[in-house]
Amino acid sequence: MLIKQLSIFLENKKGRFTEVAKLLGEAGINMSAFTVSESSDFGILRLIVSDIDKAIQILKDKLYAVSVTDVVCLYCPNQPGALAKAMDIITNAGIFIEYMYAFSQGDSAHVIIRPDDVEKCADVLKANKLTLIAASDLYKL
Amino acid sequence: MIWNETIECMDREEMRKLQSIRLKRVVEHAYHNTPFYRGKMQEMGLTPGDVESIDDITKLPFTVKQDLRDNYPFGLMAVPMSEIVRLHASSGTTGKPIVVGYTRKDLSIWSETVARCLYAAGVTRNDTVQVSYGYGLFTGGLGLHSGVENIGGTVIPMSSGNTQKQIQLMHDFGAKVLACTPSYALYLGETIKESGIPREEFKLKIGIFGAEPWTDNMRKEIEESLGIKAYDIYGLTEVIGPGVGCECACQQGTHLWEDHFLPEIINPDTLQPVEPGEPGELVFTTLTKEGMPMIRYRTRDLTSLHYEKCGCGRTAVRMDRILGRSDDMLIIRGVNVFPSQVESVILEMPEFEPHYLIVVDRVNNTDTFQIQVEVRPEFYSDEMGKILALKKKITAQMQSVIGIQPEIKIVEPRSIERSMGKAKHVIDNRKLV
Repeated sequence: MLIKQLSIFLENKKGRFTEVAKLLGEAGINMSAFTVSESSDFGILRLIVSDIDKAIQILKDKLYAVSVTDVVCLYCPNQPGALAKAMDIITNAGIFIEYMYAFSQGDSAHVIIRPDDVEKCADVLKANKLTLIAASDLYKL
Repeated sequence: MIWNETIECMDREEMRKLQSIRLKRVVEHAYHNTPFYRGKMQEMGLTPGDVESIDDITKLPFTVKQDLRDNYPFGLMAVPMSEIVRLHASSGTTGKPIVVGYTRKDLSIWSETVARCLYAAGVTRNDTVQVSYGYGLFTGGLGLHSGVENIGGTVIPMSSGNTQKQIQLMHDFGAKVLACTPSYALYLGETIKESGIPREEFKLKIGIFGAEPWTDNMRKEIEESLGIKAYDIYGLTEVIGPGVGCECACQQGTHLWEDHFLPEIINPDTLQPVEPGEPGELVFTTLTKEGMPMIRYRTRDLTSLHYEKCGCGRTAVRMDRILGRSDDMLIIRGVNVFPSQVESVILEMPEFEPHYLIVVDRVNNTDTFQIQVEVRPEFYSDEMGKILALKKKITAQMQSVIGIQPEIKIVEPRSIERSMGKAKHVIDNRKLV
């Protein structure tokens, strides 16, 4: 139930994200989710894409610094307290979260989590009957 | 291997005698045939007769780069133009270029000194040498070229640029020796790696690199990436071009061919000579050049000279690595900064590529000091914290070596320009009012 997330190092320069989006778009690769983490002179763009191997190839050919990280995608009902419940489980299991990002649509919400121990996190969430989204399903959303 | 044992291993006292005879002759030649030198000597009340031996060299006036610009193009020639068989010029970044002229004899001296360099680095007539210095007005390409022909080796006159073709011919022609700038050697190594051709398919064994200052760390980097032994060759257009000196197998300094080019080290502030072994600015007097003799030419290169006999058997003086150029030196917030210091830090940190760019500016009357670096692909992280930690680490390291804190900017892979010739390491945008 682990999902491969693509990370790209980008300098804070006009048009860098545009170029990445174009490259992926032209190759027919879809983005399901993304987030940007920024510092004063560079940012890290994190993406969940429909064809990660192809995306890596295209970006490496263009000399981008890319890396792949395992994350989990948690399904939550889109209602108050749902996330708190999930977070509680993670925290009680002694798992630390490096970063997370989320998107919601209608009744459902999806939270992408990068914990320090990704296997353990997935196991704990499943043991507590929470739903993890598989990569193949995430791309269909 | 020694090309000219009589000279290269000459007893030091004998060498001094030879140098004294030649110095007298070149001073007379310059005095009588170049109004520029005659004028300068007359101003100081000197005549050629005042120079009896090389100890008298300190009486003579210095020559600086600006003198060559002021006398552009042919004002410093000491022979009629009918005697000049070749011209070279340095790319002047500001103003007029520096022009030098060679007589037929000057060219033969040049190919003699380059031959000594090649032998010192272990190159023989059985070797194929890829000359990837620029051919043309720049002295690098043709200078190395004639030396290789002189020893009877095979030249591939590649010139610089067209990196893919460089690699293809190096591979197909089985080049054993590569001659180019150290920064281009690094770039070639990088490109060979990317090309996917196994390194064992190359015959490359020896690198002869010069035309820009480089460090021992950079040497290691080049040797590892190309699988070769790398030698420093030294030279400058004003004196003759590449081939003023070269390292031998001992690599205990660069041997200078002082029967043709008499070196001195002076304190750049007081202009007085320093003790042997002490650092200072390198000054050359050409002892045999006819076309355009140079009397006490200030190179701006900072180094020191060692006169003890070398393990290779040569008595020829050894010059330390160039510490930097006195005019390359940046003064940032009152601190002297040499690009070579920045380079040494970068090369010691495996997380970074061996390329950098220093950008200096002045904002609100304060100097800004930025160093752009690239992280090696395997060290890029998905976590902001790790990249920021790398940045902190290199900042601290730079500060401890340089003395002031730079702003480190991590840039995307391959965004620092790879150079085909002399690498551009510094952009100084300060406008001094």
